[in-house]
Amino acid sequence: MAGGLMKGHLRGAACTLGLLVGIVAITSQTAQAIPAFARKYGLPCSACHEAWPKLNNFGITFRDNGYQLENERDAPIYQHPAYFPISFRITPQWHRETNNRVAVDIVPGQASSGLTERAITTSGFDLSGLDLWTAGTLYNNISFQVLPSSDENASFHFESAWIRFDNIAHSRWVNVKFGKHELDTPISEKRFLTLTQSGGFYQLYHYLPASDLNGFALGDNQLGVELMGHSQNSYTRYAVSVLSSNDGQPGLPSNQTYDVYGDFSQAFVVPKFGVQRVGAYGYSGRSPTYFLTSGGVPIPGTGQGNKPFYRTGVYGIWYVGKVDFSTLYMRGQDNAYLGTGTAAGLAGLPDGAQSPTWNGGFVEAHYTWSPQLVFVGRYEAVRMSRQALPVGSQLSDGTTVTDSLGNTTAWVGGLRWYPIMSSRAGVALHLEYAHVLTKGTSPVTGSDVRSSSVMGGFDFDF
Amino acid sequence: MLRMKVELSTVLITGWLALAPLSFGADTDLAGGLKGDANRGKPLYKRYCVGCHGVYGDGTGENGVYLDPRPRDFVAASFKCRSTPTGTLPLDSDLFATITRGVYASGMPSWLPLEAQARADLLAYIKDFSPRFKEEKPGEPLQIPPEPEVNQESVGRGEAVYQKMECWKCHGKEGRGNGRSASTLTDSKDRPIVPYDFTTGDRFKCGTSNEDLYRIFMTGLDGTPMPSFRDNIQPAEAWDLVHYLRTLQTRVKK
Repeated sequence: MAGGLMKGHLRGAACTLGLLVGIVAITSQTAQAIPAFARKYGLPCSACHEAWPKLNNFGITFRDNGYQLENERDAPIYQHPAYFPISFRITPQWHRETNNRVAVDIVPGQASSGLTERAITTSGFDLSGLDLWTAGTLYNNISFQVLPSSDENASFHFESAWIRFDNIAHSRWVNVKFGKHELDTPISEKRFLTLTQSGGFYQLYHYLPASDLNGFALGDNQLGVELMGHSQNSYTRYAVSVLSSNDGQPGLPSNQTYDVYGDFSQAFVVPKFGVQRVGAYGYSGRSPTYFLTSGGVPIPGTGQGNKPFYRTGVYGIWYVGKVDFSTLYMRGQDNAYLGTGTAAGLAGLPDGAQSPTWNGGFVEAHYTWSPQLVFVGRYEAVRMSRQALPVGSQLSDGTTVTDSLGNTTAWVGGLRWYPIMSSRAGVALHLEYAHVLTKGTSPVTGSDVRSSSVMGGFDFDF
Repeated sequence: MLRMKVELSTVLITGWLALAPLSFGADTDLAGGLKGDANRGKPLYKRYCVGCHGVYGDGTGENGVYLDPRPRDFVAASFKCRSTPTGTLPLDSDLFATITRGVYASGMPSWLPLEAQARADLLAYIKDFSPRFKEEKPGEPLQIPPEPEVNQESVGRGEAVYQKMECWKCHGKEGRGNGRSASTLTDSKDRPIVPYDFTTGDRFKCGTSNEDLYRIFMTGLDGTPMPSFRDNIQPAEAWDLVHYLRTLQTRVKK
């Protein structure tokens, strides 16, 4: 009984911490819509964005060209001195968050009373984080982006900060980006149309099996160097990156290894339907399983026992008139040491340990009635095909392994209405509902966890 | 059965530019059987074009006042980049090429990333702004003879043409766009306009090739002080002039 309570305490603490981290991560606004470009070139936002921040192919090409239209008016010297390439974005909102199984003290205020699970609902008026985004050109064929981003309490971090040397040797196929940046993929988590705590990220891009040590997420911006190339209309695109194995965290907090990422896509026109795109990507990395310590405190940058993992998949972006679908399949695998939370080199793997493996996918549909009204819906599923330990085993946090442990199903629906659309600023009424079901991960009883978000807010930038 | 066209746009641009002088009477259809639909073009215009060219297509979009040169006035239907004689309407292929290529040193970007059908639909909608497209036919497209060999003699003859036609009055003795008349020039809307500076690179308003430069001399840039020299110089002289002007370009991209 005492042992069960202790495990419950550990699960509760871990889940509470995870929830707090999740809230900070999710409510930090991720934004990629920049009226500064519209001010610079005189184009409306709708020229580059299907419905901002989602890019259309013209916008993808503009971005691939290093934020240049290549009309000899790109360099800053051609701009009015008063022009500054900076934009702000924030979303004041009302929202409601529900979680059906949160670990709470049996007696409020008494940590020693043990933990139980309760459904908790919170709601009210709130703020998102703020994006303070600047991007553009330093010179012909030298582009940049700096994005300090805050949570709702104005605690800032660098979402991205990079410099890019474009069209090296006058070739579109050679562009080098250096710094913290989003991994190159046309299905971007930074430019999608959902914002809630439950729906404001792709489950697949951040999925980790229960008690997995890996700190990596495909949806997190990474630190490194990217070689990228594209055809003149960006129908053909590729990118190859070498990244530090620190999940984009500055200050060298992790280890000394490097990860590799690659992406390739090809677009083609289907008459009467529009431009379609298919692609494939793969990420191979290493993550530490323990750190050197001093006085029991982990020393940043001393990651040891590095073990491999990968993420790989294929995707498609399909247009049928005003409707478009983004489809993605991903397979992920972490080494058994990562999956079981075992310090490689210090301890042996538990009996029956194996590399946790999962498959997942999503379909996200948009109905763009006009650049000023878009409907969005997404269904997403992640399924474990191999758990880190045999069914019936106990993970390090006390969770009992089942076949479906960690399986996640999410769906999101919403709309954005843009009452104004100009090249100076934008505002969208954003309405969204999202629901996520995760199997067997409740902090005390190992039951299924359901969380949902309802949101109504005004997403504006200028 | 669906046909899939991979990067056909690049091939089509080359094809259309090559065929433009030969497309007699092809003023409602584009090469390859592409037909534009103004009804489909209208929402595209609102999405991509209205910010500069305006709701009424007269170049008075909300950002038009901040651009130099100003956006094209489709109502006046006077276009710089044509393969047809000065004062006449361009071919559909001329306008399609402009939409695809963009206009150098202006706010008009290349719309190549849009699929070809979308550009054709935009073209059809733009033509609806001016009654001229309903009342007039495009001019007879210019026939461009094959380019002769580039040699010192041709360059020398071209320099003589540059002097004889007094190009230097606007473009300057070294082609820097600083001729003695340069500061007095205005366009058809009485707005100041500067002559092209040949020393700044190898891209012109209406293309990058020698044929494009040849075409500019012989058709002029309507709406600007750049006239057509078709009645003043022979085709061979025009080629010589092209060869001479290329020697003025000191920053040519490979």
